[in-house]
Amino acid sequence: MTLSIGDEAPDFTLPDTDGNEHSLRKAGEAAAAVVFTCNHCPYALAWHERIAAVARDYEGKGVRVLAINPNDSDRYPGDSYDAMRRRVQGDGGWPMPYLRDESQDVARAYGAKTTPDVFVVDAEGRVRYRGAPDSDHNDPALNAAWLREALDAVLDGREPEPAETKPVGCSVKWKG
Amino acid sequence: MTRAPTIELLWWEGCPSYPDAIEQLRQVLREEELDPEAFDMRQVETDEQAQAERFPGSPTIRIDGRDPVPPPDGEPFTLTCRVYRLRDGRYSPLPDPADLKDALRRAKEDA
Repeated sequence: MTLSIGDEAPDFTLPDTDGNEHSLRKAGEAAAAVVFTCNHCPYALAWHERIAAVARDYEGKGVRVLAINPNDSDRYPGDSYDAMRRRVQGDGGWPMPYLRDESQDVARAYGAKTTPDVFVVDAEGRVRYRGAPDSDHNDPALNAAWLREALDAVLDGREPEPAETKPVGCSVKWKG
Repeated sequence: MTRAPTIELLWWEGCPSYPDAIEQLRQVLREEELDPEAFDMRQVETDEQAQAERFPGSPTIRIDGRDPVPPPDGEPFTLTCRVYRLRDGRYSPLPDPADLKDALRRAKEDA
């Protein structure tokens, strides 16, 4: 299953690297960006700083960024919960929670295809953008422009342009 | 006459970087005045093959059998996208072209 623009985003509750639980739904929030990502993928790593900058820049605007790692850590130990903790600690903390989707149920419910794969959800819980953070993982100057445009559009009450792009990155590593 | 280096590009279909890797390698070979098609491509399809080939991820390029950017010791051999660091420190799915050029020049000197 893959979510379409306008679909209701499935709610979830997942633990971050400190063991605190985070849910998608949060009262009074203007928007959320759900970003499926991981430790071991060069595309996810290349886009990471841009996504973190979005989390910092939009925090005061009622926007939360939720980073979710759904990868099978048996075959890819670099994506284990412990490895996630070490990464966040090594970075001196992240401006967004890094959540573990051990069962992969959340990634499956969203139809996540790659790391990264970005979903912007509005205050009513509807998906308003899905795709890549911007058009080129190799160009930091793009500054996650598609993600920022989607958040700005939701905050301004207009339709994001584009509302959907092709997610680009490593395939989600499913179990079994 | 100088012997042209033997170049291999090992790739895994599950990582989307291989078309860019092919294009990058051709470009580097052109810039080094070598035949841009003079490399072998080998697809890695199973974890068993990844182990046998000592394949740390896609793409992996070998010039006269040597990796221009050797992976760290203990890196697992598996079907995955390979993480490279560019010379400016950025993460990338592809090696820095300058690393490929340096490796080609070394291979030419050793020939």
